[in-house]
Amino acid sequence: MSILVLAEHDNQSLKPATLNTITAASQIGGDVHLLVAGFECQTVIAQASKVAGVSKVLSADNAVYEHQLAENIAKLVVDVAEGYSHILAPATTTGKNTLPRVAALLDVAQLSDVIKVESADTFVRPIYAGNAIATVKSSDSVKVITVRATGFDAAADEGGDAQTEVLSQVIASEKSRFVSEQLAESDRPELTAASVVISGGRGMGSGDNFKLLDGIADKLGAAIGASRAAVDAGFVPNDLQVGQTGKTVAPDLYIAVGISGAIQHLAGMKDSKVIVAINKDEDAPIFQVADYGLVADLFDAVPELEKSL
Amino acid sequence: MKVLVSVKRVIDYNVKVRVKADHSAVDLTNVKMSMNPFCEIAVEEAIRLKEKGVADEVVVVSVGSKSCQETLRTALALGADRAIQVETEDGLDSLSVAKLLAGVAKDEAADLIIMGKQSIDSDNNQTGQMVAALLDYPQATFASEVIVENGEAKVTREIDGGLQTLAITLPAVVTTDLRLNEPRFASLPNIMKAKKKPLDVKTPADFGVEVGSNVSIVSVTPPPERAAGIKVGSVSELVDKLKNEAKVVS
Ligand SMILES: Cc1cc2nc3c(=O)[nH]c(=O)nc-3n(C[C@H](O)[C@H](O)[C@H](O)COP(=O)(O)OP(=O)(O)OC[C@H]3O[C@@H](n4cnc5c(N)ncnc54)[C@H](O)[C@@H]3O)c2cc1C
Ligand SMILES: Nc1ncnc2c1ncn2[C@@H]1O[C@H](COP(=O)(O)O)[C@@H](O)[C@H]1O
Repeated sequence: MSILVLAEHDNQSLKPATLNTITAASQIGGDVHLLVAGFECQTVIAQASKVAGVSKVLSADNAVYEHQLAENIAKLVVDVAEGYSHILAPATTTGKNTLPRVAALLDVAQLSDVIKVESADTFVRPIYAGNAIATVKSSDSVKVITVRATGFDAAADEGGDAQTEVLSQVIASEKSRFVSEQLAESDRPELTAASVVISGGRGMGSGDNFKLLDGIADKLGAAIGASRAAVDAGFVPNDLQVGQTGKTVAPDLYIAVGISGAIQHLAGMKDSKVIVAINKDEDAPIFQVADYGLVADLFDAVPELEKSL
Repeated sequence: MKVLVSVKRVIDYNVKVRVKADHSAVDLTNVKMSMNPFCEIAVEEAIRLKEKGVADEVVVVSVGSKSCQETLRTALALGADRAIQVETEDGLDSLSVAKLLAGVAKDEAADLIIMGKQSIDSDNNQTGQMVAALLDYPQATFASEVIVENGEAKVTREIDGGLQTLAITLPAVVTTDLRLNEPRFASLPNIMKAKKKPLDVKTPADFGVEVGSNVSIVSVTPPPERAAGIKVGSVSELVDKLKNEAKVVS
C-alpha cells in the first residue's frame, strides 16, 4: 500500500500541518510519498525529503503550480494517483480547496477533517461543529482524506532520507488566474501550531484594544486568535478566526478574552489542553469549558495578568 | 446572465445537537431546521447581482426530501425567481449531491453557480469543489468579495494566511464565506409572493445520476466531555494555578 500526501507550503518552506498529515498517513500504514507542487520550491523539496517516514518525494516545480490553483493541482494529483490507496492533504484552506476536486475526478467520496485513523478504511471525524463525532468506513478504491492537524502529532522534520522523483507534467490552469494576495505578516507562531493561543472576542471593543493581548502573547510565546464577532467587527484580519468555520487549534493553553463561547467558537478550540476564560459575564457559556474561569473586566484583568507573568 | 444557487436544509445553527442513544446518528426529531447559513449568503449574493443588473435570473436548487421545498420557498421569498427540488432521500453524500447539482447546472446552462462553502451539519466543505470538477469549471472557494465583469468573476478568498484574489472565467463555481455579505430578511409580502413562484420537482433519473455512497456510518457519538473547571477569584490565583497546578506557564 502506498499513500500520497499533498504537501502544504508557500514555495519557501514546508508548513507544519504537512507533518501532522504524514503522521496520519503513517498510522494508516504503507509507503508514504509526499507531493510538492509549486514553483522555485527546491528548499521545500529538500525539507520534504528529510521528514521522517517519507520514502519518496514527487516534485512538480513549474510556474504553472506557483499559486497551487485547485484546477491544475487536482489534475496533477489525479495524473499520479494510480497505485495509491489513499490520498491525503492537511485540512487547511489549500487542502480543502483542492482535495474534493481530486475526489470528484476519481469518482470517489472525500472525508473531511479526519482526527483519528481506526484502520486503513475506517476514520473518525467531527460533524455538527464538533458536537458529534462520526466514525465512518469507506469502501472506495482510493480514499481521499483531509487531515485535521490537531488530531495527530507532527512527524519529525529530520531523520528521513527520501529519494526525489521529478514529475514532468505541466498542466496549465486556463480558466483560473491568480491576481493578488494580501498575506498577514506576523512574528508570532502560526495559530494552528502554537502551544499557547490567546484570543480576543467582541468584548475587546476595538482593534486598538487587541494590543492589550500583545504583552501576554510576547511573554508566553503565544499566537493571537479571535472570535468571528471580532473579525466581523474589523478588529483583526480574518485569518485569526478560530472556530467551526475558521481555524482549529488545540494548544497546551488557550486563553479566551471577552469571548462568550458560542458553539461555533468552541468547535475550534475545545480540544485545547488547558482553557482559561476571562469574561465579565459569569453566565457566559465559555465558562462551561474553561478549566480556569475569571469573572472580571478584561480591561483590568489583562494588564494585571501581563504584569504577573 | 443566469445564476444558480444551491441551498441546503440543515439543523438551525442555534440548536444544541444531541446524539441518538443508539449512536446511529444525530437526533433530528422535532428540531428546528433552517437554511444553511452559508447558503443564505449565497442567495443574498445572487440577488444582489440581479439588483445590480449583472444577473437576469436567479434559480435556486435543493437536493433532498419534500421538506427542502420549505427552504426553497424561503429563497424565493428572499428574491430568487424560480426553484428546483431534486427529490431524493436526505443525507446523500457530497459526491451524489454534486453530480445532481452539476446536472442541474448543465440543464439550466447557468453562468455562475453560487454555493455555501460548508454545510453546518456534515461540515464537509466539498460539494462546490466537486461540482466544479465534474463540470471542469474553475472555482473560487471561501469568497469574501465577488465582482462579475467581462465574462469573469474576480473573487477575493479567505485563506489561512490572509486573502487571495483570483479571476475565473465563467461559467464558474463560487462558494461563500461568512463575510461576503449580510443576508436580508424576507418581508411578509415577499413570503406571500413566493408561494406563487414556480417550483419544479425533478428526480436523479432526469439527470442520469445514480445516487449512492461507498461511505457508511459506523457510529455517531457525543464528543468527550471536558471535566468541569473552576472559577478563580483573582488574577494572582489564576497565575498560581497555571504555574503550579496546570503547569502550562513557567
Ligand atoms: C455558520 C456560522 C459559523 C460561525 N463560525 C464561527 C467561527 O468559526 N468562530 C467563531 O468564533 N464564531 C463563529 N460564528 C459566530 C458565533 O455564533 C458567535 O456569534 C461568535 O463566536 C461570538 O463572538 P464573541 O464571543 O466574540 O462575541 P459575543 O457573543 O458578543 O461575546 C462577547 C463577550 O465579551 C464579554 N465582554 C464584553 N465586554 C467585556 C469586558 N470589558 N470584559 C470582559 N468581558 C467582556 C461579554 O460578556 C460576552 O460574553 C459562526 C456563526 C455562524 C452562524
Ligand atoms: N442537499 C443539498 N442540496 C442543495 N445544496 C447542497 C446540498 N448539500 C450541499 N449543498 C451545497 O453545497 C454547499 C457545501 O456543502 P458541503 O460540501 O456539504 O459542506 C452547501 O452550502 C450547499 O450550497
